[in-house]
Amino acid sequence: MERVPILKIGDVLLVSIQVDMSDQTAIQLQDDLAERIVATGCHGVLIDITALDIVDSFVGRMLSTIASISKVLDAETVVVGMRPAVAITLVELGLSLNGIRTALNVERGMELIAASRDEDAYEPDGDDADAETTATA
Amino acid sequence: MALSAEESGRLAGLLAEHTDQVVQRWTELVATSLRGRLSQAELRRQVMELHASMITAGESGLTDLDAEAAAELRAVLAELSQGRARQGFSATETAASVFTLKDVLLELLEIRQGDGALRDFVAFSSFVDQMGLFTFETYVRARESLIADQAEQLLELSTPVVKLWEGVVAVPLVGTLDSARAQVVMERLLQTLVDTGSPYAIIDITGVPAVDTQVAQHILKTVVAARLMGADCIISGIRPQIAQTIVALGIEFGDIATKASLADALRHVLRLTGLETPRRQSRREL
Repeated sequence: MERVPILKIGDVLLVSIQVDMSDQTAIQLQDDLAERIVATGCHGVLIDITALDIVDSFVGRMLSTIASISKVLDAETVVVGMRPAVAITLVELGLSLNGIRTALNVERGMELIAASRDEDAYEPDGDDADAETTATA
Repeated sequence: MALSAEESGRLAGLLAEHTDQVVQRWTELVATSLRGRLSQAELRRQVMELHASMITAGESGLTDLDAEAAAELRAVLAELSQGRARQGFSATETAASVFTLKDVLLELLEIRQGDGALRDFVAFSSFVDQMGLFTFETYVRARESLIADQAEQLLELSTPVVKLWEGVVAVPLVGTLDSARAQVVMERLLQTLVDTGSPYAIIDITGVPAVDTQVAQHILKTVVAARLMGADCIISGIRPQIAQTIVALGIEFGDIATKASLADALRHVLRLTGLETPRRQSRREL
């Protein structure tokens, strides 16, 4: 059975899907990824689907599941490299991959994760500041 | 079955016997119907070609225009009518080039006045009718392919994707947006996003004369597809009337940013990119 490799780059886990996903491969990937997130303590997961010609409801659901699992383990999931044809098909099918963040390529995906980690870290400050201004106003 | 074998033989004989007269008279009649928009020499060449191929076809015992023996005649007719279609002649004028042969044949048969001349004329004339119908069909087909070609060219021309700024591309939409064009626009835009790695796209609809639910649907689909790929879309160039139509139709753009002008949209994008970078840098410094 084929396994999808998971690479660690800094604070981010990179999953590049280059094989046709089957039930088995998907479950294996979810298991592996969950273990790696816990083991490495990474806070970001990049799923690169540049090589996928077809994204159907099965792959869509798998991506959603992975995103949910990562969320529970406090890691942000970003799907990168979706091809135009794939995006058009998904829209035509009415699948909007709710709850999944996307980026054009791996680089942008890393930026996005870095930015969201930054915001997470500083958001309490910003919220407080906002609350104060509204309170004084 | 337009002609019997003997009749087609007689037709070929008749045409061959009076070659000069037929070509002369036929050319004259065609020239009158075209009102001198083609040169006599050109017409004469076409008529002679037709005449020759009709004789060949008749001699080989042709009974029907669909027959295999008529391939050459069909090719000559097709060439003639396609040429006419491209030169902008009307369908009547094109068909007249063939139908005038009837007058020529009538004149010839009148001279002969023999037994069965009427029968022959009816048979010949129904064959000429077939030729005329074939010419007309080819004419229409030539015109249709011309229109299809132009539509395709228009599609190519009318959907440029331009780079406005580092990481910002824009699609100025001009003209009505039907499904085919919307598809082309969507594909072009998404491909450009990938090629340039731009996270922002502005769809400018200043040139779209009317926005109905279908057009809005197409635009929304494009925006959703771009989002799936990780890029943000802004819709700009919404004229006052269009804004009213959109509200009247109950079209919901949801959380998609809409701006009145392209400049506003660009400013919006620059603010999004420009604010984020310095803020993040200042935080790192802290």
